[in-house]
Formats: sequence, C-alpha cells, structure tokens
Amino acid sequence: MIPSSSGGVDLNIALSAPRHASFSDFLLRVSGSMGVDVPLNSHTPMVDVLHGTTIVGLQCAGGMVMAGDRRATMGNFIAQRDIEKVFAADSHSVVGIAGTAGLAVELVRLFQVELEHYEKIEGVSLSLDGKANRLATMLRGNLGMAMQGLAVVPLFGGYDLAKEKGRLFSYDVTGGRYEEHDFYAVGSGSTFARGSLKKLFARGASETDAVQAALESLYDAADDDSATGGPDLNRRIFPVVAVASADGVRILDESEVEDQVRRLVERRHVRPDGPFAPNDGGATS
Amino acid sequence: MSMPFYVSPEQVMKDKADFARKGIARGRSVVVIQYGSGILFVAENPSRALHKISEIYDRIGFAAVGKYNEFENLRVAGVRLADLRGYAYDRTDVTGRSLANAYAQTLGTIFTETAKPYEVEIVVAELGVDEATDQIYRLTFDGSVADEHGYVAMGGSAEAIEGALSEVWKSGQSEFESLTQAVHVLSHHALDEVRTLSGRDLEVAVLDRNRSRRTFRRLETAEIDRVLAG
Repeated sequence: MIPSSSGGVDLNIALSAPRHASFSDFLLRVSGSMGVDVPLNSHTPMVDVLHGTTIVGLQCAGGMVMAGDRRATMGNFIAQRDIEKVFAADSHSVVGIAGTAGLAVELVRLFQVELEHYEKIEGVSLSLDGKANRLATMLRGNLGMAMQGLAVVPLFGGYDLAKEKGRLFSYDVTGGRYEEHDFYAVGSGSTFARGSLKKLFARGASETDAVQAALESLYDAADDDSATGGPDLNRRIFPVVAVASADGVRILDESEVEDQVRRLVERRHVRPDGPFAPNDGGATS
Repeated sequence: MSMPFYVSPEQVMKDKADFARKGIARGRSVVVIQYGSGILFVAENPSRALHKISEIYDRIGFAAVGKYNEFENLRVAGVRLADLRGYAYDRTDVTGRSLANAYAQTLGTIFTETAKPYEVEIVVAELGVDEATDQIYRLTFDGSVADEHGYVAMGGSAEAIEGALSEVWKSGQSEFESLTQAVHVLSHHALDEVRTLSGRDLEVAVLDRNRSRRTFRRLETAEIDRVLAG
C-alpha cells in the first residue's frame, strides 16, 4: 500500500516530476512503491486470502461481452457471495479479474486511474492495444507475489475505436499478453466455461445472444466448479455482465440480467446440462 | 569591485507584478460562468490541441490564461495531485479547495523566490450539489486566491468583460443562455471592435450536474454552432 503521507504530496513534487502521462510511474516516484510491497521468500507461509473465481469474455457483432460470477472463496469457505469482478476500465474497455481478490481489486483500481490519468494529461485516450500493454506491465510487477501463490489473472477487453470491433486479451502472471479470438475464460471454473462456450459461441452473434452464451457458460462453470457461484435466486445475486460497443461500456442492469437468468434456470429445469449441441459431424459421415 | 545597486523589495515585487500582468493581458480572454445545472467554461481559442480549459477530476475543472507552458505545467501537476489523492483516499476526498490551496502555495513561492514569476491566471471550479454549493477559485500569478460567485473573466480585457457580464448574468440561468451570454460578451467587449465568433474560434466545456462521476464534458464545434444559431 502506498504510504499514508502520499495524500499529502505537495504540488511542487507534482510540478517537478518529469512530464510523463503514467500515473503508476508518478506513484512510484512519490511513494517509492507501487501497490503492495511485502518482502517475500520461498519460506513465507501461505496465508488464507480471498480468491475470485470465473470470468468469461466473448466477441459479438459490434463489440464484446464480459461476465463474471459473484463468488469469492477462502479455502473451502464461501467468503463472499456478491463480490464484483467485472469492471469498466474506462469508457470503452472492461476488465475482469480472477485470483487473489485483494490484489486484483487493487490492480483494477490502479489501472482505472492509470487510463483516466493518461486521458486527462494527454487529451486523448490510449489505444486499446496501449491499454492492454499497460495492464501487462502492471501485472508483471506482481510476479513475485504470483510465485508465492498470490496470483492475479485478469481478462481485458473492449471496443477498439480504430479497428471498429470488440477485442479480447488474456494474460499470464509473468505479464504475457495474448490476444484471444472469439472467446476466453479465466479463473477456477474457466475449463468448464470454455468447454461450454466452445459449443455456444457463434461468430457475429448479436449482443443479446452473446450475453446469453456468457450466462450459460457461467452456469456450467458453477455446475462443475465448487468455487464458482451459480445464480442465487433467493438472494437475487446474479452475474455482473458488461458490454463494450462503439457507444461505450454498459454494465447491464441487475433486473435485465435477472430476467435472462430466470429464463435460463427454467430451461435447466427441463434439461439440466443446458443447450443440446447436435453431433452433425457424425451424422454426415 | 563594483557594488550591485540597491533595489527596494517593494520595487522588486512591483516590477514582477507589472511584468506578470502585462503578459496575462496580452492573451485572449476566458470566462467561467455558473448556471443552474453546472459551470460553463468558454475560451477564445482557435486551437483544438492546445487547451486552455480542462478536466482535473470528477467535479473539478481548470481554466487558464497567460503563458501556455506555465499553465500547462500547473494543470498537469493538478491532475497528478488530484489522481493521487483520489487513489490514496477516495474519489470524494478530492476537493477544489485543497487544489486551490496547493496552487496558491506554489504560485506564491514561485512569485517571491524566482526571478521570473509565472505569467498566468487560473480558475479552479468545483461543482457542488447545487448552484449555492458550487465553488469557483480565481488564482493570480502571485498566489492570491479569490472565491468568486456567478462569473469570472480572465486575460485580455477581463474587466470590460466582467462589467458586461454583471449586467446580464442571473442565478439559475440555463446552459444555453450562459453560452450565448459568454459568446456575446467575448465578441463585443474583448476588443474595441465587435466581432462574430463561431464554434471554430472557441473552446467550450461544462461541468454538468446531470452527469454522474466524471461531470466534465467538452462541447464539439458543431454543438457550439447549433447553440449559437439558436
């Protein structure tokens, strides 16, 4: 955490710092550290911390969709039922996080300030690639912690105003940045979510269909992964769904998601495993 | 060995102040006007890239006249300070008052301690929950702060413009009225002649109470022309 004195940094320091549009570089300069700064070695005992679970993202006609379940676990405990893990990073991009919740939420907060800071200083937003790269660099700063088991795995996406399409990026703990085509999932339930999306994803699908597919895949992840939370109809806790299009990022209203989720659950009453994918390859051979 | 001439502190300060005032009066004017649902900034500025008006934080705007490199430095420092505060504490803890204080300290120090004072005048405006709680701070080259209400004009023929605004401005007016007012006084009172100003000659932005979180919004050229056409 940054030292408590940093809120009292005076304007002269801000005035004399070299002209650079990066907030985290400025933060490093004034506080000597960026984010968590705990000396760690291989003997550090593992502590129980909150873990966020599954995030899915997929492209659709005119943009992309990202959704995340609401569960945070601590070992075998359900630590939180209604944590939010999908955020608007800025006006046209979204970031979802899996892994160590405390670090991940802090990373998102810093990333959001970073993007806004750049935009205010330079008068224009970073390109989507620029944002994706910036996140990679920030993530690399957490490598030491990741080696200790405190990994943060984000999924980043947004509407690329220059290329006029939705794009999606995945990361590894070393700060590797990989552009994903079509769809991707991260977190403990990602294997199941990806399997589900393989069957449900359709290129050029409408935004509504893509949101539908995202919700189905999260349901499938919760079905098989104990750390992923399914829709909680009793408490009315539903996945957070974000859509990025040319008009910007829109976090779907809870009532909008509830409506879709209730119908999904109805369908699962009839067919618990979800939509049926016809084995048409076998039929023609 | 020659002795340096003695110059009284009064004379030094006066010379510096005159120097700064002259520099500020050379440029074109900027007006900041309060209206019912926000605060309007209008600058006579044909450049689309070199801004005189900008966003500092969610509810804080910045306007400046004078030497570009100097007020640009102050603007960047203000954004850094605001972002740092908001990140270290909370977004609601970033206030116009603390920023105006920081600017006042810095400008004051620069004025007294360096040979050349900053040739700038700036406004830090913070949007409140209603017109009565809006705050507008005017800061001059020597670090003086004034708490303003209603409207402010800086640079060029600021006095003539403020005089003209005092006759037309009223509390609770609309954004549309304010923009028309601002453009009218700039075109009639900024120079000796009456000119026609269009969207291309102006930089316009608002802090809009109807927006959530980031309330700062720039008006595009076409949008300004639409308002001016009535």
